[in-house]
Amino acid sequence: MAKIIAGVGTSHVPAIGAAIDNKVTHEDYWKPVFAGYEYAKEWIKQVQPDVVVLVFNDHATAFDMNIIPTFAIGCAAEFQPADEGWGARPVPVVKGHPELASHIAQSVIQEDFDLTIVNKMDVDHGLTVPMSLMFGEPDKWPCQIIPVAVNVVLYPAPSGKRCFELGKAIRRAVDSFDQDLNVQVWGTGGMSHQLQGQRAGLINSGFDNAFLDDIVSAPEKLIKMSHLTYLNEAGSEGVELVMWLVMRGALNTKVKQLKRFYHVPASNTAVGHLVLENED
Amino acid sequence: MHIPGTIIFDAEMASKGYHLNQFCMSLMTAPNRARFKADQSAYLDEWAMTAEQKQAVLDRDYNCMMSLGGNIYFLAKIFSSDELSFQHAAATMTGMDIEDYKKMMINGGRSPVGNTLTSEEIQKWQK
Repeated sequence: MAKIIAGVGTSHVPAIGAAIDNKVTHEDYWKPVFAGYEYAKEWIKQVQPDVVVLVFNDHATAFDMNIIPTFAIGCAAEFQPADEGWGARPVPVVKGHPELASHIAQSVIQEDFDLTIVNKMDVDHGLTVPMSLMFGEPDKWPCQIIPVAVNVVLYPAPSGKRCFELGKAIRRAVDSFDQDLNVQVWGTGGMSHQLQGQRAGLINSGFDNAFLDDIVSAPEKLIKMSHLTYLNEAGSEGVELVMWLVMRGALNTKVKQLKRFYHVPASNTAVGHLVLENED
Repeated sequence: MHIPGTIIFDAEMASKGYHLNQFCMSLMTAPNRARFKADQSAYLDEWAMTAEQKQAVLDRDYNCMMSLGGNIYFLAKIFSSDELSFQHAAATMTGMDIEDYKKMMINGGRSPVGNTLTSEEIQKWQK
């Protein structure tokens, strides 16, 4: 049977991808960011997931203003890295897992989570930057990816509670899939940042660190957090953090924190990162 | 009441900014970027945008574009076409010099102190 073993939380700042692609990760500005992911890169080589359910948001790439799905699941065999306006990132094609993705869709839709099914979707930095951070720069990615896109571009995003419950439904779906697969769920985005208006540049390390505490040991506190609190305290783009709750919902109540990392800044954003493993 | 220095992009704003944002999306291909750069006004006239929206684009006034329904991730296609970074665009929205803005970020970013609604203000708002 398929089994969810672990979860990863990480920011997906586009400038991190650009730093990798432009080979400047050794520069003083970037060194501490990449040092924070060294543990996870070694860890993932050891645990070797077969499939990652990767929760991210599209940034006006695959979805324009014609259609904005609140939750979408990529069921295709592969996903091309997107040209976001400066050419596609030079990373390998992302391979999907159509069978498990379709099974998850079938299962969670019947549990009242109305996912939009997507069979063609170019994937932007929201998906590929976490992969680069975790896997480095391989010729091909070492595992298959099921993209789950969450709308956080047009207000309102789904609530933290809804995201958490979706994570639980994904967990039940994976548990009932009849193939031996080692599965992880990643939640991406955040941490505090605001990219727009006179308040651009807002960083709230107090908020971020409390979030990192609570998502490990008291997620039930976080699922009650209102959108207004995210927007007000973590910035207009900090609301991306609801996506981490999908990951947390898919894990056991009790988890072991293997890594925690926090750094300011990457461009306009605070970088946060967690590696969590299920405990009985 | 508003969160200081913040525009919330909701469905109403999305409706208002629909053509502006779709114009931005069109800049994701190199041929369109070239055409836009060659004659910005003519390119903008192909879109059912308001005169105010077109002028804000020509002025690269991002705060104004957002007040007219522009979404930051869509507007990013404009400054990417101008070969400017997100950080550069963010700095212009704050009215800060780019170097000062960069320094602010390296020093931990803009403090939430004085830049967020207080819990009393939120309570009053919710009533």
